Amino acid sequence: MTTEVGSDTDVKKEPEKVPEVQQQTDQPDEPADSAASASADQPQEESQSAEAKSDQEASPSPEPSSPPAAGGQKKEKGISRFLPPWLKRQKSQSQDKPDESSAPPKQESVEVVKEEQEETNQPKEEVDGGGAVTTSTEQTEEVKEVREESRAEELQPEEKEREEEKSIGSADTQPVREEKEDESEMEEKEEEKKEEEKKEEGKKEEEKKEEGKKEEEKKEEGKKEEEKKEGKKEEEQVIQQEASVLSTLKVNKKMKMVVCHVTLLDGSQFSCEVEKRAKGQYLFFQVCDHLNLLEKDYFGLSFKDNAEQRCWLDVTKEIKRQIRNSQWQFVFSVKFYPPDPSQLTEDITRYLLCLQLRQDIASGRLPCSFVTHALLGSYTLQGELGDHDPEEHRLDYISDFQFAPNQTKELEEKVVELHKSHRGMTPAQADAQFLENAKKLSMYGVDLHHAKDSEGVDIMLGVCSNGLLIYKDRLRINRFAWPKILKISYKRSNFYIKIRPGEAEQFESTVGFKLPNHRAAKRVWKVCVEHHTFFRLVSPEQPTKTKFLTLGSKFRYSGRTQAQTRQASSLIDRPAPAFQRTSSKRISRSLDGAPVVNVSDYSQADGAGENSPALELNSDSKSQQVEVMERPNADAATSITSETAFETDGAGAPQRKDLDKTQEDVLKHQASISELKRSFMEATPEPRPSQWDKHLTGSPATTLRLQTHGSLEEELTSLFLSKACFSGLAGSCSTAAAPAESAEVKPEGNEVIEVVEETVVIEEVVKAKPKSSTPEASVPVETEVKEERSLSSDSESEDEAEYHAQPPSTSISTQQIKEEPEEEQEAELSQQAPPSAIESQPSAEAADPGPAAEEEKAAQPHEEERTDKPLLTPDEAPNGHAPQGEAPPSPQTAAADEEEPHIVNGSASRVETEHLPQVICCSEPPVVKTEMVTISDTFAAQKTEISTKEVPIVHTETKTITYEAAQLDGNGDGEPGVLMTAQTITSESLCTTTTTHITKTLKGGQSETRIEKRIVITGDSDIDHDQALAQAIKEAKEQHPDMSVTRVVVHKETELAEDED
Amino acid sequence: MAGLMSGFGSFTHAVVRALPQSLAKEALRTGSLEVDLLKAQEEHDKYVSVLKHRLGLEVVELPADEALPDCVFVEDAAVVCGDTALITRPGAESRRKETEAMKAALTELGLSIVEMTDESATLDGGDVLFTGREFFVGLSMRTNQRGAEILADAFKDYAVSTVPVQDRLHLKSFCSMAGPGLIAIGASEAAQKALKIMQQMSDHKYDKLTLPDDLAANCVYMNLPSKGDVLLHCTPEEFPESAKVFEKLKDHMLIPVSNQEKVKVDGALTCCSVLVNRKKNI
Repeated sequence: MTTEVGSDTDVKKEPEKVPEVQQQTDQPDEPADSAASASADQPQEESQSAEAKSDQEASPSPEPSSPPAAGGQKKEKGISRFLPPWLKRQKSQSQDKPDESSAPPKQESVEVVKEEQEETNQPKEEVDGGGAVTTSTEQTEEVKEVREESRAEELQPEEKEREEEKSIGSADTQPVREEKEDESEMEEKEEEKKEEEKKEEGKKEEEKKEEGKKEEEKKEEGKKEEEKKEGKKEEEQVIQQEASVLSTLKVNKKMKMVVCHVTLLDGSQFSCEVEKRAKGQYLFFQVCDHLNLLEKDYFGLSFKDNAEQRCWLDVTKEIKRQIRNSQWQFVFSVKFYPPDPSQLTEDITRYLLCLQLRQDIASGRLPCSFVTHALLGSYTLQGELGDHDPEEHRLDYISDFQFAPNQTKELEEKVVELHKSHRGMTPAQADAQFLENAKKLSMYGVDLHHAKDSEGVDIMLGVCSNGLLIYKDRLRINRFAWPKILKISYKRSNFYIKIRPGEAEQFESTVGFKLPNHRAAKRVWKVCVEHHTFFRLVSPEQPTKTKFLTLGSKFRYSGRTQAQTRQASSLIDRPAPAFQRTSSKRISRSLDGAPVVNVSDYSQADGAGENSPALELNSDSKSQQVEVMERPNADAATSITSETAFETDGAGAPQRKDLDKTQEDVLKHQASISELKRSFMEATPEPRPSQWDKHLTGSPATTLRLQTHGSLEEELTSLFLSKACFSGLAGSCSTAAAPAESAEVKPEGNEVIEVVEETVVIEEVVKAKPKSSTPEASVPVETEVKEERSLSSDSESEDEAEYHAQPPSTSISTQQIKEEPEEEQEAELSQQAPPSAIESQPSAEAADPGPAAEEEKAAQPHEEERTDKPLLTPDEAPNGHAPQGEAPPSPQTAAADEEEPHIVNGSASRVETEHLPQVICCSEPPVVKTEMVTISDTFAAQKTEISTKEVPIVHTETKTITYEAAQLDGNGDGEPGVLMTAQTITSESLCTTTTTHITKTLKGGQSETRIEKRIVITGDSDIDHDQALAQAIKEAKEQHPDMSVTRVVVHKETELAEDED
Repeated sequence: MAGLMSGFGSFTHAVVRALPQSLAKEALRTGSLEVDLLKAQEEHDKYVSVLKHRLGLEVVELPADEALPDCVFVEDAAVVCGDTALITRPGAESRRKETEAMKAALTELGLSIVEMTDESATLDGGDVLFTGREFFVGLSMRTNQRGAEILADAFKDYAVSTVPVQDRLHLKSFCSMAGPGLIAIGASEAAQKALKIMQQMSDHKYDKLTLPDDLAANCVYMNLPSKGDVLLHCTPEEFPESAKVFEKLKDHMLIPVSNQEKVKVDGALTCCSVLVNRKKNI
């Protein structure tokens, strides 16, 4: 009990954290499998116990004293980092309630330890994974035993906490991961498994005990606890309930309304309350309603990010996730400048456009000559004030207006002079005249972005309705009309466009630009995608049915195109709304209702172009990978992959998101995750978003647990961490397809070299007893269930995305915009198969349980291919850690998870085989090679293109290290499985992108779950890649406690030389 | 006030300059042909006469300066668009002072003057093609990037795109505007290449009038109140094939103008005048 007391605080924290995780994971799964959830719960519990064990294990090494509690704490701490603040709150609550008696000192010590551990844990764990792995594994085994015993006592509190948490996957996952790692390290997977099972059993028992205790405590605590008490199933239910509760709680807590402040075009402020989780759409519609605006599609809400860069609010996504830490301050403004304002239907729309343009002019964004300033100013006066009145309008009457950045007396005089000449003109006419002149300005509607060309020269990229303009200073030095652009992509901080070959040219060319950072690159890419879709396409790109599951976030413009909005606005049938022209602080007489001046320019016909409008947004590398993936999935794959921004389960990203927590860390994580989600969300077809949102909002953790525990037999987790360092900013487009060296490195040995990019694939194999294919049945842990979870996370945020403008047939087809966080992700993304609801907590999207029967092929091979990393044999788990250990754990892990396509067919089977417990081996060198090849090819392709085109070539060194853990399952290998579900989830953080592929396969009556995570860490050398890697692995383990790490592949890519041209 | 970018080709005034004696021997030239000064004088007189009498423009005739053998080619000294005149900094050092008289004349006309004071900038008006919607500036031996930037600053309303010019003196040595949205372009490879660049750089679509002879592609288009589309172009004597092409422009008032002598010193039709549109009320 003392331990309890001590642990309580910790525990409290833990549970809180845990729930978050659960929520995250649960959300997606919850709906689908109640029964499954029950089964899953058990495993979860097991996992929890395992966690506890692992915690204990961990604890001893770091701090001998109060091992169990400490361990738990430590783990918790580690987790806690990720956990959102609300979890902490819960903890605090729990603390208050339960553990009254026991030893405060212990608690303190524990807490301290925890803190230390938190700080140190990651590193320690990592270290363990690396050099200490062996020792740690031994310790872990011992510890486990001890834990089992001691856990009953010590764990109780923890367990209670856990239970309270409802065995939220996160906590469980953490221990499991540790265990996994340990296992890998141990090289004795079987033993470990047994131990695990035992542990699980023990855990169960403990849990039961705990439950009893918990019950008492819970009574105090409340509903959640009570639910937990009822039983595992109950727990599961609870979990769900929790999710709901959480949601409700969140609702209670989170239903908090937030006041949004929106700056309108006339400079006034509009405030409205918005539910904290509301999507951008809600706010946007509120604003439009306030403005009485029907032709909304030209407008948008923007906010300033941390870097003071203007970002457009994606209406299909939650506001909170987009603005991150920023304030709820928005600006309503024109997003798509209609090339021909006369074709707008309503005067009010034109008026708003006028207001926007006045701002643009006054701010200097829209440069014009003196004469034009004067002319436009005169129309402004006419529109706002009506006819010039010599008596009322003295010369100073216009001093309230700003007509130009530098307004001179001379200009004002000229404005007045011209104003006099507009006598009789109605405000609407004046607006129309204003627009007729403004639209001719060369910079009208051009969205400028700073960039550098291949030679490092400062240029500006201007995105407009017609295409992409390149400016050097004020000079236009190039222009790429949409029809000329085949593909838009970005990779890291580079932005690429592939150009359609000219008449005399045979080959497509690619032009690359260097943006200040990858965010900027993504921003430009997004703006291009949106403008292309809006202006060039008749209708938004439809969700790709392509065989290729596109991994990576596919960002699409989901709104209406100009053609559609015109069509829609043509149906507007309402009397011209009266609106007050109050801009410039002036109350004007509104002379609305004036006949609309029609100046119709049909010059810009939407869609139809010489060439088909469709753009390909994908990056080459990705596409290739995708292809690979495709094969396997064929059936299920169709789904548009990974929009489900699956925040890494364990990472708690989802949790964080869901939970409103004040902690900065949490916020950051959330933000990053949210970004990832966004990107994926965007990519996903509109119809899905609702699910996503639900999932996201809900507590994903529960679902995860259910899934994992339930039907999933095997879980493979692969973590890919890739780090990219740019040696120099100078015009470097990175190209290099450096052939990756596949070297087999023992986990410990993995020391990442100076490589820029690191890819780590961790496959975790957990033996669980097979449960009914359906997740529902609660099966004891003992059953052999293999869950393969492949979590692939690409740490490099949003690094890459591609947009392919394909000239499909005629028309205006669709553009595929794919955001590829990283090369690797791309491939993974492609693999995404429609996930069954079960596993992918993380992927809220995937939630559709409908098991698509498909043969799973070992994900591993896919992973390998994807990652280009040599596979390491069995004891990967440790290895996985090892890499971590090597790399000092960076708290930031890739949030995005991609589901791997590998699940698909035969290849997967291989994976399974791999799962068999084996000592580290380079079992799949060939596969790896292939992957490597693909990647290299992609790079090469880009390189070549780039080289041809003036893009600086960067040489890249690639190193691949694979650690494999012995694979437990022999079953899966040979047998073609039936693919139950496949999910891909991707999340992004600042410098990490995590893609998680979850596939469930039915083989021989056993269900297998594989999770492959690909984590790509992108960043300059100043980022500690090792830390990031370690953290990512840690998180992956934490997320999937009941799974074992089967393989860890580290792939580093370093750019050696920047420019060669 | 006319709206922005309206009235392309509408002019009221023309600034010309008399031929100095020194032109025959001292004027810069890419070739090595002898100029018959008398013939040249005759050509120029006819040219001015067309502007003044046939077209009814107010012609401001600047006196020749013997120290400036190329001063007759006033186009290079200033770029006028709307109410703004950019006084250039000619690429040829010997011509820098040509701008002084031009500046005075344009100031006299009430234009707002922008001077190119940057010592690193050079720009010849012959490298500036104004299409009515945008500028193309040839980057040539006489015009550099900086000069183009200053031009872009002077005419903020318009897009200014740069076009590399190779093997020719000026951008307008092989092209010009022959009507609204109609670009007269030489048939040479260099000319066609430049045209492609211009087409790519532009948001607008242009028709093209391809002339077999690059030099013939330099013509003077105006849209005058009482006369409609007016085009000064080469004579059949100089470029028979190209003249036939011009003759297909049925809607234009076609006025062949001889330029045989001045072309020897790289003078084209557009080179000899700066056209200005000044409404009398302003």
